[in-house]
Amino acid sequence: MLIVRNLRAGYGRIEALHGVSLSVRQGEIVAIVGANGAGKSTLLKTIAGLIVPWHGEVLFQDRPLAGRKPPEIVAAGIGLVPEGRWLFPPMSVLDNVRLGAYLRLRRGDKEAVREDLDRVFELFPILAERRKQPAGSLSGGEQQMLAIARALMSRPKLLLLDEPSTGLAPLLVEKIFETLVQLNGEGITFLVVEQNARAALAVATRGYVLETGRMVLQGRAQELLEDQEVKRAYLGKDYREFAEGRAR
Amino acid sequence: MSSRARLYSTGIFALGIVAVGLGVSNPYEQQLLTIIGIHTLLALGLNMLMGYAGQISLGHAAFFGLGAYGTGIFTTHFQWSPWASLPVVLVTSCLVGYAIGRPILRLSGYYLAMGTLGLGIIAHVIFREWDTFTGGASGLVGIPPLVVGRLVLGLGRTGFFAVWATVVLFFVLCGRLVDSRIGRALRALGDSPGAAAASGIHTAHLKAVIFSFSAVMAALAGYLYAHLLGFISPSSFDFLMSIRMVTMVVIGGMASIWGSLLGASVITLLPEWLHVFSDYEMMAYGLILMVVMIFLPQGLTRGVLDAFQRARTLRGAASS
Repeated sequence: MLIVRNLRAGYGRIEALHGVSLSVRQGEIVAIVGANGAGKSTLLKTIAGLIVPWHGEVLFQDRPLAGRKPPEIVAAGIGLVPEGRWLFPPMSVLDNVRLGAYLRLRRGDKEAVREDLDRVFELFPILAERRKQPAGSLSGGEQQMLAIARALMSRPKLLLLDEPSTGLAPLLVEKIFETLVQLNGEGITFLVVEQNARAALAVATRGYVLETGRMVLQGRAQELLEDQEVKRAYLGKDYREFAEGRAR
Repeated sequence: MSSRARLYSTGIFALGIVAVGLGVSNPYEQQLLTIIGIHTLLALGLNMLMGYAGQISLGHAAFFGLGAYGTGIFTTHFQWSPWASLPVVLVTSCLVGYAIGRPILRLSGYYLAMGTLGLGIIAHVIFREWDTFTGGASGLVGIPPLVVGRLVLGLGRTGFFAVWATVVLFFVLCGRLVDSRIGRALRALGDSPGAAAASGIHTAHLKAVIFSFSAVMAALAGYLYAHLLGFISPSSFDFLMSIRMVTMVVIGGMASIWGSLLGASVITLLPEWLHVFSDYEMMAYGLILMVVMIFLPQGLTRGVLDAFQRARTLRGAASS
């Protein structure tokens, strides 16, 4: 569904991605894990068209999208839930959600958009309750839900999530990832970038490890979770202690 | 504001205008009110760009001048009828606005302020120096008035109604625009350009479109100004005028349609009222602007509404 080949991109003269390749098949949840500064956000922003790549290919359903403008990429069926949610704080929850359907409303899809509005509010009842409130007044978890709801309104086939767990309590992280699995069951493919490797790999089908702008490892999510290197580098010391504790 | 509330308030506003138009018969006051109407058009257009889309322009007098000089040149040098020059002026300002807006709005913040400042200065230099057509520093005289049937529109009651009818029309238009999909996109753009792009909004295009829209409104104001006064000179379209427009928007209230009316009224009337201070007029003017900004940073509209709300809450608390 999505093929990225040898992608190079960066900021100013500094290259952040040194030739990254990956693929996402229809129906998968693919996780990209890596430390802060590995280039995860840059990768997603480049796929979404917010950063123009220097080199390389992005094919989505066999269509070349590298270097295209964001509206075209959204229209092609790729949605982005940006890091730090990027909401419109003074605007109401409802207006934020509606903005996700900007391109569809331009085409005049009013009926279908209204149905989708009902569906996302059904998915996140708390947002329905707060539809009139300014988005800035929501809690962190609610804001993440709102960012996902907004992205869903463009009817994406592939949804890119940038660090959905940032700043959320563990219970909320779990809830967000449960929602992903549910949406995945309804036919949306996911590419998730996460520092919280354990949470992401737990729901993913496959995973990649990105280190300072290069893919260093890939495999089935389960394999990566059990990989000694990954455990050491990304699942943290407490994980080891936790595992040893259980072994004893 | 809900669309129904907007409809009612606009209706009341229109009735108010009719009442004022028929009630005021002093020519000086009629003139002043007409100028306020023209300034309201300028402030409203700029507010769509600044208040909603969050983009500053320190050179919008350029488009005010484009409208005024455009129609002035067509009607005096080429003897066009004012009605023939109207569509030409509007279409030209729309195209010029887009053509300038597209590249200049790639800038943001201070850089955009500098860029638009340059635009205003260049336009002013053209108005002042292109003697053959603009009449240079002494201005352009003999611009014919607008004529409807046998009615000649001048600075008195007729001009008042022409200008304020245009204002009401644009209040309705901008009100609808703000509440629409485009309005949401504009506010999104003002809040967070990155997130707006990620939502599929073509930000560069939209910014240029709203810049062009505000340019058309400024040009229309200039068109009315030229035909009602019959005389224009470059000093009406200089850097100070651009700053005055920005002040109207900020003092009245950003992202507020009624704020544009209030801002335009205050900035137009204040110098008139401050004549009593004679030599200290400009000092008093500056002082008032400072005080308003310090105590009502959100502008008069928001500030007055908030004060009203607080008073009501306090009274509610006192009575219970």
